[in-house]
Amino acid sequence: MSNILIYPILLPFATAAASLLLWRKPVLQQAVSLAGAVGHLAACAVLFSVVTGDGIQALQVGHWPAPYGISLVADHLSVLMLMVTGILGTAAAFYARGELPTHLRAKSFHTLFHVLIGGLSGAFLTGDLFNLYVWFEVMLMASFGLMTWGQRRAQFTGAVPYVVINLLATLLFLMGLALLYGLTGTLNMAHLHQKMLSHEARGLMTVIAFLFMAAFGIKAGMFPFFFWLPASYHTPPIAISALFAGMLTKVGVYALIRTFSLVFHHDIATTHRVLLVIASLTMVIGVLGAAAQNAFRRILSFHIISQVGYMLLGLALWTPLALTGAVFYLVHHMIVKANLFLVSGLSRDITGTLDLNRMGGLYRAYPLLATLFFIPAFSLAGFPPLSGFWAKLLLIQASLQVEQYIVAAIVVAVGLMTVFSMIKIWIEAFWKPCPPSDMAVAIVSYSGWKIVPVCALALISILIGIGAEPVYRLADTAARELMAPQAYVQAVLGGGHP
Amino acid sequence: MESALAIISGSMVAGGIYLLLSQNLVRMLFGLIMLSNAIILVIFAAGGLTHTKPALIEAGQTVPHAAVANALPQALILTAIVIGFALLVFMFVLFYRSYETLGTVDTRQMPESGPEPDHGADTTTVRQEKGP
Repeated sequence: MSNILIYPILLPFATAAASLLLWRKPVLQQAVSLAGAVGHLAACAVLFSVVTGDGIQALQVGHWPAPYGISLVADHLSVLMLMVTGILGTAAAFYARGELPTHLRAKSFHTLFHVLIGGLSGAFLTGDLFNLYVWFEVMLMASFGLMTWGQRRAQFTGAVPYVVINLLATLLFLMGLALLYGLTGTLNMAHLHQKMLSHEARGLMTVIAFLFMAAFGIKAGMFPFFFWLPASYHTPPIAISALFAGMLTKVGVYALIRTFSLVFHHDIATTHRVLLVIASLTMVIGVLGAAAQNAFRRILSFHIISQVGYMLLGLALWTPLALTGAVFYLVHHMIVKANLFLVSGLSRDITGTLDLNRMGGLYRAYPLLATLFFIPAFSLAGFPPLSGFWAKLLLIQASLQVEQYIVAAIVVAVGLMTVFSMIKIWIEAFWKPCPPSDMAVAIVSYSGWKIVPVCALALISILIGIGAEPVYRLADTAARELMAPQAYVQAVLGGGHP
Repeated sequence: MESALAIISGSMVAGGIYLLLSQNLVRMLFGLIMLSNAIILVIFAAGGLTHTKPALIEAGQTVPHAAVANALPQALILTAIVIGFALLVFMFVLFYRSYETLGTVDTRQMPESGPEPDHGADTTTVRQEKGP
């Protein structure tokens, strides 16, 4: 019973409320917003150190005992995700300070931003399925607002499919939840885990499991549900799309990992086999889609899909090593992908466009920017010693271990295709001479608000690559907790529960 | 009673999905409303339909005397209705604004989200294009 679990949720909502009250004082509001983001990061770091030190923490909100009240649970997976949320939230908040004009930012940006962060933290911490649904809705509401924030024409065409499809996903989730409650009489995930061990209606459970898979799969951008993602992620302002790219689909992946390890463990042979096929298709289709694109953020958006495939692959193989790979991949991917979106913004400041045909000459004029692109891009592609290499290595090892040679081959091939896409951006935007046009490379000085978060994220990515051992250990612990959730169940329900 | 509710919610889901498949944004909106109401019925049915008293405890008591209805599905439904209502209101506004901006509610005539916005495009809003 520890209250520190509540702060990563409480702080963003307090900040959101404060920034609403400071509506007419943009300078103060901005300061509060940045302080809130840093405070959230600190709260996540404290929780992180407690959980890595003392093991799984649980909080029964309002002292209602476990299966009846709402439980907040922080295990290793949760705190790893929270930690990245804190880092990305802070980075995006600083970048937004440099990117968005003050008079527009003052209106609603800060409030929506912090509600989104709060919703994300809640989703990572909750131990109750219905509560997870509520956090998903909180997140969705905020993300709808941010998706259309600025109200440009392209944003509406991107937002309409985004809103409809995501709403459909939450409705599917709610439907699965209702049926699950009807069958088991509980919505506490730890309690569900126990009920599943001895439940007779296994066939029905499998059907419900696929409802959940579809619902979370839509959110994660899994094949065949990904079409909303590349249609919308390149339309909002850079800081917002970086946060979306880093976090939102990954909540879907997190929810899949959580439910398909803790709740739906009754028929691994069916559910995880289907997931394996879907994950492979997601990897391939995503990377092929990226190859056909010719705009900076669109290529990156398609790569989110293919990378989600990697993480799902780790879950689908269902061995400790594979899950370790999935968790490692999650952490690596969130930081690197958000960073790439931020770098695309820096490039656009200079060239005035993100159309690769009209870009060029950045390497000669801006070597620092080229380096800052190089690090996350080739980390994404899996070059040693950057973080992506270790993530891919773990997954290939895991698939070889269970003799899934075709899957291992797909992982390698998709990695190669990723290199191809990253080299395409590299050649088009950075290497080739600037195309003769009115959009010549202007001399722009970097804004500190923008360049510092990009550098920090690049540094973190390098550190994860060089110091892979501690991150591997954390991911390994998280994977073991997921494979054998007795400790999780005990932390939530207490020792003596039947 | 359960079978009646199952048939009703089943046909509402079917109707909702049929409307969602339409190209007209207004029909899609109605489809989502229908779908979310169907799911509320599912929660209601999943909680068990019984002839019992409401879950209220008489003054001075700590536990109810007779069997009472399960209050949890009702709480879930209430939450789902509130959240669903907020989302539908947002969607209504979004669809109206996109109708104002794009001039159509037909998804076939809506432009693709198109190329990457150039620099400076993020900050210019389309507010000035006031609707009728």
